[in-house]
Amino acid sequence: MADKKAELLQGTLDLLILKTVAHGPIHGYGIAQRILVASREVLQVQQGSLYPALHRLERKGLLKAEWKQSGSGPMAKFYSLTAKGRKQLQEEMAQWHRYAGAVALVLES
Amino acid sequence: MSWFARIVNVLRAGKLGQELDEELNFHLAERVDELVAGGMARDEARLEALRRFGNVTVHKERTRDVNVERILDLAVSDLRYAIRQLRLAPGFAAVAVLSLALGIGANTAIFQLIDALRLRSLPVQDPWELAAIDTAPDFYTSGNYRSRNRAFTYAQFEQLRMHQQAFSDVLAFGDIRFNLSRGGEARFAEGLFVSANYFKVLGVMPLLGRDFAATNDDRDCRDAGAILSYSFWQREFGGDGAVLGRTIQLNGQSFPVIGVAPKEFFGLEPGRRFDVAVPLCVDTLMADDGRGRMDIRHAWWLTLVGRLKPGWSVERASAHITQLSEVIFRETVPEVYRPDDVKAYLANKLRVVAAGTGISSLRRQYENPLWMLLVTTALVLLIACANLANLLLARASAREREIAIRQSLGASRTRLVSQLLSESFLLAALGGVLGALLAQLLSRALVAFLDSGSDPVFLNLDVNWRVFGFASVLSLLTCLLFGLTPAIRATGIAPANAMRGGRGTTTNAERNGLRRMLVVSQIALSLVLLVSALLFGRSLRNLLTAEAGLNADGVLLTRIDTTLPKLQPERRRQVFQQIEERTRSLPGAVSVGSAWLTPFGNSSWNQNVRAEGGVGTSAKKLVWMNLVGPGYFDTMQISLLAGRDFDSHDDRSAPKVAIVNEAFAKEVFNGENPVGRTFRAEEYAGKQDSLFQIVGLVRNTKYFGLRDEFRPFAYFPLNQAEEMPAAITIAARTHGPVNDVMAVVRRAVAEINP
Repeated sequence: MADKKAELLQGTLDLLILKTVAHGPIHGYGIAQRILVASREVLQVQQGSLYPALHRLERKGLLKAEWKQSGSGPMAKFYSLTAKGRKQLQEEMAQWHRYAGAVALVLES
Repeated sequence: MSWFARIVNVLRAGKLGQELDEELNFHLAERVDELVAGGMARDEARLEALRRFGNVTVHKERTRDVNVERILDLAVSDLRYAIRQLRLAPGFAAVAVLSLALGIGANTAIFQLIDALRLRSLPVQDPWELAAIDTAPDFYTSGNYRSRNRAFTYAQFEQLRMHQQAFSDVLAFGDIRFNLSRGGEARFAEGLFVSANYFKVLGVMPLLGRDFAATNDDRDCRDAGAILSYSFWQREFGGDGAVLGRTIQLNGQSFPVIGVAPKEFFGLEPGRRFDVAVPLCVDTLMADDGRGRMDIRHAWWLTLVGRLKPGWSVERASAHITQLSEVIFRETVPEVYRPDDVKAYLANKLRVVAAGTGISSLRRQYENPLWMLLVTTALVLLIACANLANLLLARASAREREIAIRQSLGASRTRLVSQLLSESFLLAALGGVLGALLAQLLSRALVAFLDSGSDPVFLNLDVNWRVFGFASVLSLLTCLLFGLTPAIRATGIAPANAMRGGRGTTTNAERNGLRRMLVVSQIALSLVLLVSALLFGRSLRNLLTAEAGLNADGVLLTRIDTTLPKLQPERRRQVFQQIEERTRSLPGAVSVGSAWLTPFGNSSWNQNVRAEGGVGTSAKKLVWMNLVGPGYFDTMQISLLAGRDFDSHDDRSAPKVAIVNEAFAKEVFNGENPVGRTFRAEEYAGKQDSLFQIVGLVRNTKYFGLRDEFRPFAYFPLNQAEEMPAAITIAARTHGPVNDVMAVVRRAVAEINP
């Protein structure tokens, strides 16, 4: 199982979180699940890095959070993007595409 | 998130932690639900969820740390960086820390003394309610005195208690030095005479036994006991719990110990400490004449302190007591006063002053010098700060490139300043800690300097929050003072300029200007200090040499007290003479002379005199007096300016003679040569005045203290005294070590001992 999972590249977790949250308010567990599903079970986010990252982003003002009833019943902390977060996401995505494209170019040359 | 919110985060870490718990619990619960949905049993699913999650606490910690981490991280890394920087320059660090430690230490030490003397409240219940009775300016008194403070008579105490409304009660106390031995060489304890309500008014409960509440202030002292201070109890009785009922020898009489005062209670005089307290009436038991000072209306010996009633301010109480003065003085006129004395006495007014921090003669003596000293040491600290600021500026120039590189790598100016400041802070903190330790030694050394064997000084120098706060604030202030400007300056250069290797000419000039300013202010401050040190040195020399008018160096004073053997006056004279003869025949004795009172000995005696024979002023003058024997002036090196010294012929069968000093000649005889003239000394009402012929004129001498003015003095021969005093002091000027001489004198006294 472990061999199938890729290590997250340094600095990409924030981007993944921002992108996932961009779909609408979602709690921490949901974020981890959605990343796992969207990456076809390749990218598994460690809880040990997920929550520090969420709190860091919240503190930077990229995410905002509120406690709401979850679909399954109990209260959960739902994260959503702030305007600043949305801008950051666009910038980081553009940067990532540039970076990934450049790496691909080098690898295919 | 703003700085404020961040700080709030740190403060409400509890709430944050709780929210985090909930969030992580939710995560686990979701995982369990998912596993259960996938067909796993709930218990198993729970274990699996936990296993996948890993160490819950570690995750929790890490997440929470994101919030508080940054601030702490910055502070800790700044400090680490500062330590590294200082370790790279150990010489600079040592110099900086030491100079700060000396500066802060000296300041803290003096502040500690001021605190102990001035700021600390008395260790009694509600000290701010205490107020002392004081005299209004131009207070007229005459009689005999024994007190370190403003003194009153017992009759005044009684009247005041009877008439006053302002205090819930008024207490009285007087000081005495008890002799603990049964004879032979004296061993002393500091004693207090206290009114029966003393401990009750102060709200001080004895640690052991009882207070004097059951005693009567009136003359009944048959079952009077003594209350020991805690330290005396420890010292003399080894803290023995069974001390109650044991007896203690005070001036040759036995008193049962009835109580021990609590540890922190030292009396009402900061700077002093009592060993044994006894009721006022014990003074009567101990009196030579069996009468004691309670009955003598011209004996001023009691300090009066009251506890204000609720709602009474010191001002209101003062107005009330001033109003009562007339009644109090009318009822307490000393019977020995002559009509004009009575008139002056009746015009006296009393007032009230706050006494919540105690009553202290030391405070009067040393408070202003201590503040002066604090200002001086503050100047020294300022100089040290200027010095350090200069050193830091020099270091900053050396680190210009390093700072420039960091700035161009993106370090913000605030970060750099805070890093540089952490360095200063570290220096200041180290200096502060070392200084506070140093202060403990310094303040004790200062107290030891004020303390003389015959005049013990005791100050509570325990470190309290005030002293601690003073040292900390001082360290912080110095840190800002010497660190801030260099840090701001150092980071203010455009990195490009610094990187280019050359220095920007404008900043260079600016920095040099600052350094010049620092040097100038250092020189200015040092100059102020130097000048005041020179002035101080000069006046000290003046005080020590020329102006005292006498030279006590190399003089051994032996006080011979005959109260314990209870000798008759005639026998006393013989004993004194024998001891004086023995002392005179000591090898190395240059000159020997006796006196009743000694200069700077806290005892005094004064009387009104008037010039006779139509010369000099017609008004009567108050002059100080003493009884001395032949050779006294010679021994103390008080120059005889005209006439002769007393000799063995000046005894009771010869005409009464006196030797006066220059101030006496000036005041009573308008500065004319007084030798050969006579003056009249006013005796108490109903007694014949005495006439004295002046046979000698001596130089002025200081009597009460070196700073005191010269007072008019008249000296009479000991041998012509109506009654030989119970105790005299024999002064001997000798060659050779004082210790040898002391041993010989001791042996001589032991042999003669009747």
